Amino acid sequence: MPWCGWGATVVLAVGLSWSLAVAPPDYQQGDTVRIMFIHVPAAWMALSVYLFVAVVSAVALVWRHPLAEVAARAAAPIGAAFTLVCLATGSLWGRPMWGTWWVWDARLTSVLVLFFLYLGYIALVNAFDDPSRGGKAGSVLALVGIVNLPIIKFSVDWWNTLHQPASVMRLGGPKIDVSMLVPLLVMAAGFSLLFLTLLMLRMRTFLNERKAVALRLNAAAAAPAPRPPRERTAAAHPGAG
Amino acid sequence: MGDPAAFFAMGGYAGFVWPAYGLAFVVLVGLAANSWWRYRQSVIALERLQQPRRIRP
Repeated sequence: MPWCGWGATVVLAVGLSWSLAVAPPDYQQGDTVRIMFIHVPAAWMALSVYLFVAVVSAVALVWRHPLAEVAARAAAPIGAAFTLVCLATGSLWGRPMWGTWWVWDARLTSVLVLFFLYLGYIALVNAFDDPSRGGKAGSVLALVGIVNLPIIKFSVDWWNTLHQPASVMRLGGPKIDVSMLVPLLVMAAGFSLLFLTLLMLRMRTFLNERKAVALRLNAAAAAPAPRPPRERTAAAHPGAG
Repeated sequence: MGDPAAFFAMGGYAGFVWPAYGLAFVVLVGLAANSWWRYRQSVIALERLQQPRRIRP
């Protein structure tokens, strides 16, 4: 885990200086194009983290692997953060280039729906006292929400929108110059490493908390205080008499 | 690129580029700090729960 965290820090530092200082300004968009180096990788992360949450939710529902549900719970807030970054930076890019902070078109609205799906998932898994019930309800929501992913991806082709169509992940190869593609991919690698680091950290936290709850329950069950004296000695020294 | 003023001016778009980077930084570093803090809390809580057990026998 520490190497992953340091890796994320180094790659993001390289990517940030490259995006801000080395990459050239766009011939049409000027320096606002630098927003792309966080906006686009954040959008990729928003989608792929949701896909991750949905896949591990399916694993949790079908095979009941205990770690799968923990992974989904740990990943959702990270995905929500990336979606928020994507929406906010997109807005800050849209204002100078489109002349508006926000339009209710297909791409922007479907990404906003993705953000609300993340929030709904987080609220739902925490709404139950019994974590396994919350996990199951959340898994179902995550799987239902997966229909939103192709809508986001193809919204720029299916409907008229202010948002430009895909220029990197398209058939026929990227349509973007190497001087901008490289820092873009470095930032994407940095965000992916950051996701992995935070995922492992949050999963460990969750497992620690679960273990602490189990220990407390054990301690409460073994606690001598609330029992009558005769039973207490029997319980405290099983098999002694 | 040598001129720091030109670098910070971002070709006249400083008001959009820097807030975008700043906001991304605040959100992601905030999430990382929160995750780390919660991890430390969970480790401390677990150590506290496990300590008396080790001493007792």
